[in-house]
Amino acid sequence: MTTGAVEPLLALTNVNTFYGQAQVHFDLSIAVGRGHIVCLLGGNASGKSTTMKIILGLVKPRSGEVTFDGASLIGLTTPQIVRRGIASVPEARRLFADMSVRENILMGAFVRNDRETIAQDLDKMLTLFPKLGQRLSQRAGSLSGGEQQMVAMARALMSRPRLIVMDEPTMGLSPLYVDRVLELIRTINREGVSVFMVEQNASLALEIAHEAYVLQTGKIVLSGSARTLKDDPRVRDAYLGGSEAA
Amino acid sequence: MSSWLDYTINGLIVGNVYALVAVGLALIFGVSRLINFAQGSIYLVGAYIGWVAVVQLHTPLPLTIILVAVVAALVGLIIERFGLRPLQNSVRIAPLLATIGISFVLDQLVMLTFSPNPRALPSQLPDVRFQIGGGTIGPLDLLIAGVGITSALLLFVFLRYTKLGWAVRAASQDRDAAMQMGVDVNRVNQTVFGIAAALGGVSGLLVGMYYNQIDTAMSLQATLKGVVAEVVGGAGNVPGAVVGSLLLGLVESYGIAVFGTSYRNLFAFLLLVVVLVLRPNGLFASARQAPPEPLTGTFIAPSRPVRIPRWAFAVAVALFAILPLLPVSFYVLQTLINAWLLGMLALSLTLVAGTIGQVSLGHAALLAIGAYTSALLSLTLNLPVGLAIIAGGLMSAALGTILISPSFRLRGHYVSIATLAIGEIVSLVILNWESVTRGPIGISGIPPLSLFGYDLVDPKAVYWFSFVVMVVLALLQVRLLGSHLGRSFRAIRDDDIAARAYGLSLNRYKSLAFIFGGFAAGVSGGIAAHLYSYINHETFNTQQSILALTVVILGGLGNVVGALLGAVALVGLPEVFRIAAEYRILIYGIVLLLLVRFRPQGLLGTI
Repeated sequence: MTTGAVEPLLALTNVNTFYGQAQVHFDLSIAVGRGHIVCLLGGNASGKSTTMKIILGLVKPRSGEVTFDGASLIGLTTPQIVRRGIASVPEARRLFADMSVRENILMGAFVRNDRETIAQDLDKMLTLFPKLGQRLSQRAGSLSGGEQQMVAMARALMSRPRLIVMDEPTMGLSPLYVDRVLELIRTINREGVSVFMVEQNASLALEIAHEAYVLQTGKIVLSGSARTLKDDPRVRDAYLGGSEAA
Repeated sequence: MSSWLDYTINGLIVGNVYALVAVGLALIFGVSRLINFAQGSIYLVGAYIGWVAVVQLHTPLPLTIILVAVVAALVGLIIERFGLRPLQNSVRIAPLLATIGISFVLDQLVMLTFSPNPRALPSQLPDVRFQIGGGTIGPLDLLIAGVGITSALLLFVFLRYTKLGWAVRAASQDRDAAMQMGVDVNRVNQTVFGIAAALGGVSGLLVGMYYNQIDTAMSLQATLKGVVAEVVGGAGNVPGAVVGSLLLGLVESYGIAVFGTSYRNLFAFLLLVVVLVLRPNGLFASARQAPPEPLTGTFIAPSRPVRIPRWAFAVAVALFAILPLLPVSFYVLQTLINAWLLGMLALSLTLVAGTIGQVSLGHAALLAIGAYTSALLSLTLNLPVGLAIIAGGLMSAALGTILISPSFRLRGHYVSIATLAIGEIVSLVILNWESVTRGPIGISGIPPLSLFGYDLVDPKAVYWFSFVVMVVLALLQVRLLGSHLGRSFRAIRDDDIAARAYGLSLNRYKSLAFIFGGFAAGVSGGIAAHLYSYINHETFNTQQSILALTVVILGGLGNVVGALLGAVALVGLPEVFRIAAEYRILIYGIVLLLLVRFRPQGLLGTI
């Protein structure tokens, strides 16, 4: 870019989304910088998960633009978007319950065809998530919530993505696992993968994020660097539904 | 002299044939949560392709099998691409209805091409029997077993060791998550339909050779047997489908050994109902686990009903009421009498399927109960016909509700399967309970319609009689829908869990709906019996159940006026255009397909 400003890896620009008659997003604009962790905060029914679905092509916006690495994602199917380099950790993990842990992790590499490097990456996952080593041949559905989250993250990493989108990665986990997951997100990010995560737990998310957006009934009401937002009382107001942030 | 070993071998061989159908159903259910009612039609196509190959082209056996598999797979791919893929974002019932429509179209095309007469499909194997223990086994038995085992092995290897196989498994466990791994779900669907169709087609060929005969009635039977085997094994469970099939084959074979051939199907459907009631997820899943169905009522297309002004109703009713006084032909009256009878059945089905959301595929059984009750009461007890018809309606309401009640705890697709099976059971009981129903001979000499001692033989009188009965039933139903009861029905349809949380007893309301609906259908059957003067166990068959469903969907599920309009349209229009009878079923199938695709809420909208 001529201006010297770095083009964001992922950009949503003026996205408007509808479910039937009901509008979910109002002129939503979000940017995820290269190498950054960006989190989208908001209460129930604020349109967070729909934002994830827009990025992954599971829901089509009525208007607006979504670009990844400068190219538009609008009109692409989910598998095509995944092939561009976006991996996901869906809400509630969504593992393939009757497949083994190994099969689940390898499913993450579905878009790749390089057998040897896939095997190497699997070994890498086992060093990143050492607990999974003993669980490889177990049914994924039989793991605990925290372990399943590990599998879901390993599965996402197996596609060697440039961006991982995560929907509430800490939901329903014990405090011990919450810390562990946040630490892992940092580790993943340090290796160069950008992260876009949707979270309800603002204080946790702001600890690891670079930037954050606060979504309230489909509109971005606040955005900025995580450091400044951490102490901003308006974040809490947004959650509680106060319309006039003081 | 047949020994037990023979029956066991026979059961396992037949089970192998069922397995080829059921495995395909299980694969499709796994990926699409869809029970493919067109599977039997592909099986039929396979049998006839086999006949062309063997009798006309004289192909050697291996080539015949390959040819059948390839053509059947192509048919499967076409069904998936043009019949089902456009419905991906449609209401959940749409693909199910589409497969029913497709099966009508395919069966009818085969019938029109090859005529409904049975054809001999010679086995290309030498006719020798080997003695083993107390039984015998022939080369065809070995071939069927071989094809079954080879297919199972190939399928296992495919699912376990190939990338596409992994994609199939992943998609069947979590479709959205699989897409997020980069799996192209359309390709998975295609693959699954191709495999299912190839297996189904080969199964049809083998069955044709086994019984040395093929005819177009094979189709529905194959679908039913495949569905039974699949559900017994657990919907979507591929190894379960194989075990379920073998079990079904054995149960049938032993049933025949003890009770005789005409009981074969009865055992199959009883097995299904027992499994559905006790273990709705099949024998290999825990009984407590809920069947994989949506929790709330996205099953029926939501829409706003078309408003029709009151005066338009009044004018329409008046016009139809004075119609016999106008110079119309006997033929027109006859056609409309049929429409009114179908209209009563449609009223019943639109209440049950539309208003309370229990999509019944066995509604003709209610006609049969009403017809037999009324016919037998008037014949053996000399009950006046008017009373007998009312008794038929009451019997249909009571017996129908009792028979259907095991399915009350089921949802969605499972209700449809259970009602289909219950409908078949009724027909088979009528066939086999000779002391009461006169079995396959049927009942003849049923007295004509009469009212207060006057016989109604003049078509005008019959017309008015059936029209008035239908209008009264329709008015009652409109009144019902506007009441608290009607609201409760719709609440249960839209979200049964929420309805239960508000204190509605699901069983009670479902019973009430079936009692009311059963009465209307029973009266229709009763009138029909006295009109036809002869009925047997096939007078009211599954085809009529499906026709009624098409009528109801055409009008708009739950819509009383729509049901009557649908009946007039589907009975009347083919007559107006003088469409030959053999093309009618084809047209019903096409109408169903077009409706599902372009107007799932029907002409007048769902209520």
